[in-house]
Parts: sequence; structure tokens; C-alpha cells
Amino acid sequence: MKRALAILLFACAMAASMAAFAIDPLPFKNAAQRERFQNLTRQLRCMVCQNESLDASNADLARQLRHQIFDMMQQGRSDVEIKQYLVARYSDFVLYDPPVKSDTLLLWFGPLALLIAGGVVVTVLLRRRAQPANAVPEDQGDDW
Amino acid sequence: MNAVAGKTIGRFVPLIVFAVLVAFFGVGIVWNQHHDPSFVPSPLIDKPAPDFRLPLLDDPSRSLGKADLLGRPYLLNVFASWCFACGDEHPVLMEYSKKFGVPLIGYDYKDPPQDAKAWLAQHGNPYSKVIADRSGDTAIDFGVYGAPETYLIDARGIIRYKHIGPLTPDVIAGQLEPRLRALREENP
Repeated sequence: MKRALAILLFACAMAASMAAFAIDPLPFKNAAQRERFQNLTRQLRCMVCQNESLDASNADLARQLRHQIFDMMQQGRSDVEIKQYLVARYSDFVLYDPPVKSDTLLLWFGPLALLIAGGVVVTVLLRRRAQPANAVPEDQGDDW
Repeated sequence: MNAVAGKTIGRFVPLIVFAVLVAFFGVGIVWNQHHDPSFVPSPLIDKPAPDFRLPLLDDPSRSLGKADLLGRPYLLNVFASWCFACGDEHPVLMEYSKKFGVPLIGYDYKDPPQDAKAWLAQHGNPYSKVIADRSGDTAIDFGVYGAPETYLIDARGIIRYKHIGPLTPDVIAGQLEPRLRALREENP
């Protein structure tokens, strides 16, 4: 039993490490550069499988773009420049954090507007309910 | 408004909230049925096409570039032998390639040349010329993220229109033809 468990654990560990190696290894100069690369590719969307980041995706195009980004980093290009390079080709959609623009205003401020609207409705209702307790005997239970 | 009226309205609040939610979800469902969420508009529309130069599929010693194609509008169709939807599109291209009135250039995307040649030999070749992008690096400049994709590039090398996914008779009649007509009027 214990042995079976050990084998299972070992298999799991192997599978996990295989998955980590499936995403191609790139020859980073140091840990800081790898960190910067991972941080950047996590903010970028894979255009093929659109719910995955460039960091996580195994799609062919994602791998190719990772290599491209890696090369650009070796050339000393900044994160902003790399993002611009991708946005120029694939639009703002590649950014998981889209910039505030006229056509993203709803995306950015819609939830806040809904929250405020909801707050106004709740306030009005509570005020209205609190005021006229003496006018009509409070009828518990049939409201809401 | 008196308290009784207020209370009556209060009673309808859950219904109103429910109706609003139904409206939101309903719009979401309808919208998603009529719109392809994987479709991303290209930022390259009305911008110059990237300056490309790629070898011809038939004769890799010769190449074709953006500069060679200036002076006349053309269609650039990204395809690959491995691309399933390209097989659906292919008969449409075979039927329409002569009717477009502009050259249809094939852009073979990340394809081993022998596969692409065999594919074209088997299904027919609708293209006036085929360029081969084995690595797919030039395709990144075009913002290609899936085949098939079709670009309409005008005589000055500006991308005027891009269609993602297979061209169908409906897409050709509804979207491509009007733009081709507009280009003809611009540049008779």
C-alpha cells in the first residue's frame, strides 16, 4: 500500500516536471531575466486559444511569439516596446489589461456605474421604508 | 408618493431586478450567437501592409515581395495543407478566383513545401502565385493567428480589408465584392 502510494506520488511528480519542460526552455541569462519574461508573457494573451496567456499556452503561435519576445529582450527592448510590437499586429486584444480608451470606457467604468446605480436604488428604498412607519402599520413578512 | 404606493412599488422590485437580469443574459446569448468571439479586428486595416519578401512555392530561388505587387490591388489568402477550414474554403476559391478581377496570391503558412504542392495538385490551384512562409515569421507581421485569413491590399500597398476564417459565397458577396468594386472605382 505504502509502496503503491510512493509510486503514485513519484508518477505525479514526474508528470508535473514533464509539463514544466513541455513549455520550451529558453536560454535566459539569469533568474531576473526569466522572471521579467514570465511576468511579461503572463500579461499577454495567446491569440489562438484566447483564454490562455502566452506564458501558459502550448499553441504553436504562442511558442513562436515567446521566442520573438525572448529575442527582443536580448536586443534590450523594453516591456513597453514589446507590448507595442504585439499590439501593432494583434490589437489591444493581446493585452490582458486593456488601456483606457473611448471604446473601453464601458469595460473600465461599467461595473462602477452599476454599483453606484444599485446603491442609489437601495438607498431610495431604505429611506422610503424608514419614513412612514406611523402612516401604515408595518406589515412584516409580505415584503420581499 | 405616499407610503402605500411606495410599498406597492417595493413589492415589484424583485420582479424588476429579475427582468433586468433576464434582459442582460438574453442580450448576451443573442449577441454570442451572432458574433464570433474568436474574431479580433486587425489593427492593420487602412495601414500599409508589412514589407514582406518570400520565396515562391514552386521555385524557391525566386521570390515575391510587397514592392513587386504595388500598382494593382490583390488578394492575399493565407492557407496551409494542414488547415482544416482551408479545405472548406478551397472549392470557393476555385470557383471565384477568376471572378475577383484582381490577382489571388496564395500565402502558404508554416507548411512543408512538398505538402503544400501535393495539396494544390490534388485540389487544384486557384492562385496566380503562391509564396511560402515556412517559419511563419512574416505572418506575425501580418498579425496572422489562424488560417485561413484573407487580406485585400490596394495598389498603394494598404491593407483595406481582412477576413478571418474561410471565405464563403456569402462573405464574398456581402463584404468582399463591395470593397473590390470600390477599389475599381478608385483606380479604374
